[in-house]
Amino acid sequence: MLLRYALLTALVAGIGSHTAFGQTAATSAPNQNEIIEKGEYLFRAADCAACHTAPDSKKLTGGRPFPLPFGTVYAVNITPDMQSGIGGYTDAEWLKALREGVGRGGKHLYPVMPYTAYTLLSDDDALAIKAYLFSLHPEKAETPQNTLVFPFNQRWGMVFWNWLNNPNKRFEPDSNRSPEWNRGAYLTEALGHCSQCHTPRNFTYGLSSKAYAGAVQVGWKAYNLTSDKEHGLGDWTDEQLSSYLSTGKAVGRGAASGPMAEAVEHGLRYMTPSDISAMMTYFRSIAPIAKGPVAQDMPPANAPLSTTYKRGEALFAQACAGCHLANGLGRQSDWAALAGAHSVSDPAASNIVQVLLTGTSLETDQGKVFMPSFEKGYTADELAALSSYILAHFGGVKADVPASEFKK
Amino acid sequence: MKFDLKVNGTLHTVDVTGDMPVLWILRDILHLTGTKYGCGVAQCGACTVHVDGQPVRSCLLTVQSAAGRDITTIEAINQTEAGARVQQAWLDEEVIQCGYCQSGQIMTATALLQKTPHPSDAEIDDAMAGNICRCGTYVRIRKAIHKAASHDV
Amino acid sequence: MMSEKAKIVSPSRRAFIGGALSVGGGLLLPTFLPGLPLIQTAQAQDALTGSLFKPNAFIRVPSQGAIILVMSHAEMGQGIYTGLAMLLAEELEVGLDQVQVEAAPADPAYIDKGASEEETGGSSSTRHCWVSLREAGAAARMMLIAAAAQRWGVEAAGCKAHEGRVTHQATGQSLSYGALADLASHQPVPEKITLKSPADFTLIGTSPRRVDTKAKTNGSARFGIDAQIPDMKVGRIMACPVKGGHLTGYNKQAALAVPGVVEVVTLPDAIAVIGDHMWAAIKGLEMASPEWDYGKNSTTSTEDIIADMKKASDQSGVTAVKRGNVQNALRNAHTRVNAVYELPFLAHAALEPINTTLHIRPDGADVWVGTQVPGRARQEVADATGLLLEKVFIHNHLIGGGFGRRLDSNSIGQAARFAKQVSYPVKLIWTREEDITQDQFRPYYYDRVSAGLTNNGAISGWHHRTTGSSVSARWSPSDMDHGLDPDAVEGAAETPYTMPDQLVEFVRHEPDALTTLWWRGVGPTHNVFVVESMIDELAHKAGQDPLALRKKLAAHQPRAIKLLDEVAKQSGWGKTLPDGHGMGVALHYSFETWAATVVEVKVEKDGQIHILSAHSAVDCGPVVFPDGVVSQIQGGLIFGFTMALYNEITLKNGRVEQSNFHNYRMMRLSEAPDIHVHILPNADAKIGGIGEVGTVAAAPALANALFAATGKRLRRIPFAKQFGKDAV
Repeated sequence: MLLRYALLTALVAGIGSHTAFGQTAATSAPNQNEIIEKGEYLFRAADCAACHTAPDSKKLTGGRPFPLPFGTVYAVNITPDMQSGIGGYTDAEWLKALREGVGRGGKHLYPVMPYTAYTLLSDDDALAIKAYLFSLHPEKAETPQNTLVFPFNQRWGMVFWNWLNNPNKRFEPDSNRSPEWNRGAYLTEALGHCSQCHTPRNFTYGLSSKAYAGAVQVGWKAYNLTSDKEHGLGDWTDEQLSSYLSTGKAVGRGAASGPMAEAVEHGLRYMTPSDISAMMTYFRSIAPIAKGPVAQDMPPANAPLSTTYKRGEALFAQACAGCHLANGLGRQSDWAALAGAHSVSDPAASNIVQVLLTGTSLETDQGKVFMPSFEKGYTADELAALSSYILAHFGGVKADVPASEFKK
Repeated sequence: MKFDLKVNGTLHTVDVTGDMPVLWILRDILHLTGTKYGCGVAQCGACTVHVDGQPVRSCLLTVQSAAGRDITTIEAINQTEAGARVQQAWLDEEVIQCGYCQSGQIMTATALLQKTPHPSDAEIDDAMAGNICRCGTYVRIRKAIHKAASHDV
Repeated sequence: MMSEKAKIVSPSRRAFIGGALSVGGGLLLPTFLPGLPLIQTAQAQDALTGSLFKPNAFIRVPSQGAIILVMSHAEMGQGIYTGLAMLLAEELEVGLDQVQVEAAPADPAYIDKGASEEETGGSSSTRHCWVSLREAGAAARMMLIAAAAQRWGVEAAGCKAHEGRVTHQATGQSLSYGALADLASHQPVPEKITLKSPADFTLIGTSPRRVDTKAKTNGSARFGIDAQIPDMKVGRIMACPVKGGHLTGYNKQAALAVPGVVEVVTLPDAIAVIGDHMWAAIKGLEMASPEWDYGKNSTTSTEDIIADMKKASDQSGVTAVKRGNVQNALRNAHTRVNAVYELPFLAHAALEPINTTLHIRPDGADVWVGTQVPGRARQEVADATGLLLEKVFIHNHLIGGGFGRRLDSNSIGQAARFAKQVSYPVKLIWTREEDITQDQFRPYYYDRVSAGLTNNGAISGWHHRTTGSSVSARWSPSDMDHGLDPDAVEGAAETPYTMPDQLVEFVRHEPDALTTLWWRGVGPTHNVFVVESMIDELAHKAGQDPLALRKKLAAHQPRAIKLLDEVAKQSGWGKTLPDGHGMGVALHYSFETWAATVVEVKVEKDGQIHILSAHSAVDCGPVVFPDGVVSQIQGGLIFGFTMALYNEITLKNGRVEQSNFHNYRMMRLSEAPDIHVHILPNADAKIGGIGEVGTVAAAPALANALFAATGKRLRRIPFAKQFGKDAV
């Protein structure tokens, strides 16, 4: 295992070069197998699989819907099938797609595809990802038509959007920073595209200047990743942060769910310890912004005796305590611990609502941990009461979560 | 991979993948079939065992997280003082119908009494709400727990 | 009251023990191995331990060891092993501590008198066996007495049987049944059997400890899923998620790469991955990622089925009852209500998921399974394998909840078609998800009712048209009567009430996308909800007390009147209730048992429903096992409340949307009300069934209580989703 990490680190970080991070400067040109292996690592670091695989379909054949405020966009097939996939892409076309958001035949992509992040990728890295994808078995699978409303269905409109929002330039290392910081910046910004979810969007749906202050994406709240001690990660220990990134859970901080669980499952858990460490170095440097919910310690049990609270408490005992236990520590595994999680102290209850509605799943080195959707079995009022109880009991937050949250 | 599992005081070495739930090791490898499969998603409680004295759903308890810890199943719960009392109360109150869920019910009730020797109705509700009985023996489970708690068995 | 419990001999347990032969410690025979039918164990026992008295299929008295009572019905929680053992033991004059009970094999000898096959269903076991098993016990007793009389050279009339011994009363000499076994087996079967007078019953009417519960407290009870056969493998089955579809592909290599996976076998519409244990099978099936052609039902949703059903219900159907002139009576009614009631598709969701363990060989098959229909199970396996019926042996097991699901043996046939592809014994399990999504469902019913009252509160016209799938047409076509399914109108055609002008019709409508089956309470669970809701609606509309109106309309039914009075007294009917509380009543006669039930509910301002208490007054005629009656009513009500509050199976794109207990919800202990059962013994009446009676009462009593509490009338099940904050 360690050997493999060492090899990958050498391949990926481009040992022997301090010129530019992500740009391979190995002394001898790597052979095709090495490129493909590197490509697989980068492909994972870029978390492509999560979006490009739909539930119940073959890996990377696309079709996963992204419901946006202005319609639904579908991820495309990225297996090397000539007709329905990316089999026909030349290197140049591939780079154009990844950097400028312009697909084969001049079709503008929608920025659900994080090309404003991938634009930072080096040529070698971008092409290594392509080499990896081209090494896979081609699968024929047509992508469903996007259903965007006017004017968003006009792809040419993206020209202006790109002009506003896509810098279209490669990653430039900061020579005042350590190599580790630069590596972390490259992983976070170019590959991990963390800002795409964790940075608020402006009125054009571009990223705002409040980097990593937290935002809501497809209903899920991506929390504040800045170094702010209350709202962000400033108070997290190295052990907590590293554990969360590489396993999706941290003692006293809860577990990743929804899209973050996907990011861990498909990408972060494959990353080398040194890359995780590099990302942590980068996160530690992000300027604090006091925005978003504050994670709370679990309050002492002094239950407000409202009807809603009691209703939620009873439901929790029936349907949730089997895994989570009311003590906040979880019963079945560390992933079931709720105490200290951002989600249980967010008065908007965004992620509690999402996870109850859609469930969540995370592949770990201990097998799959998951939670099913409870939408069909329980009424909106019940799920709302349950959410209010969870906020009060685990997060000490008094908030009456409205049933309408569960009727959308 | 090899794991050492301590079940009812006996050490067993099993050669399985680390993600294998303890439930299937008990049932299919150790042939301790008193622990039941009901849902596989920790919603019904039929697979409840004790791990270091705590009631745990064995259907979602992986062997690698259980290795080295003390596992007690329904087959040996009579060796605990509370377990024997619960079993007797279950018989005295004639709780059981089909019986499929009752291993889990008894394991959960025993853990409750070990922690809370004289539970109130609310405490019984809280502890037992995670165990489904499709036959609807709930009225009698409550009575039997009170009876076991009173040592009147 | 028995000090010790009778023991259950579990066939697979015996097989597991293998070579041991215990003398005096009960029947631990080494003979129960694959290929040897259970019935032969008695002969083997005869050869091994000397003589055996076997007066009939139900009783075996060996010269040594415990007396065996063979159970002709499946134990699935309803306590039938205890009830049947009591019937036999009462007349045989043995204590329950002196017997062991054993599941009957599939054998026509165990078909109830008047029935066409071996079946545990329809709350019929005690009714069918009430006389026949007492006669079986009495015949054996008479032969044992005759044997003793012969031995001693005395008159049989001077001998008395008691607790497993025959005693000559004049001399006091006495012999155990075991000692008499040889001689008894040579006695002629008596032509005239004299049953004990009920006044002399020592067991019937008491509540001894159940014979099956001790093993269920310590993990030793063996359900079908617990079968352990030497060299057995374990498999997980997955069938096409849409009915009528078929398997088009799967990744065999990926499945075989999972540690512990042994083999992948397929059927046109299903796949099974077999491994050393269930976890290998579960993971193997995930890796196999089966692909399906979903077929013609792949776009069907529940809404389509209901719309079709609604349309079908516009036309008149097959007439079940026609009395008087309904249209005239309705026209002249003083109070009139027209309503549509709807009941959803339901899964059984027994806690033991579907499973079958089989060893299929060229020369025969052994099947270890819990089934309500051993004869059908045997036929399924014979059909699937081409084996002769007599080469198939069904080893019936304790069932972890039946509720009607195991009245169909399709899962056993499916398992046999898989198992015949492998040479070793294999236990094939449906996961919970498979158990719910591939269930055969209680039909959806769409019922139109128009009914009226005269100004004196008599029924003035009653028109009930029910539309739904016919389970009988598929399962027991001989029960169909010129297109009428008697089950579909059971509880509707004959009600407790005087209805001079009544028309009841059945419109058969079969949904293609799923299969329907019996579900606890069958016809009455459906129709009593409709009838008792409508009676309640009429009462409220006419400004009458619902319980008083029932008494008036059922005045010709003295048993009903007694029960209504009793339940009114016990529940405090009519007392002033706090705000948000309400009481509802339901009366019914089903399975030849009368029951009146009152439920009290409290509805919070946020729509939260609490069922506070239930009282049931029950007259099932003679009572064999009173505590068994109480527990069946308690459990039956909770089963019915669960359905009424929470349950519905829905389809989307041909797939069942519910899959496990997070979306097919079960009532929990913290929601369960106190349930008080008041038995009004009625020794002179015909004996009634009890297993389904509570379930029948639950939904109507609850709906009526919710109306009393909130003024909201629930005409559609399930209820909970109809009670939001805005609904109250």
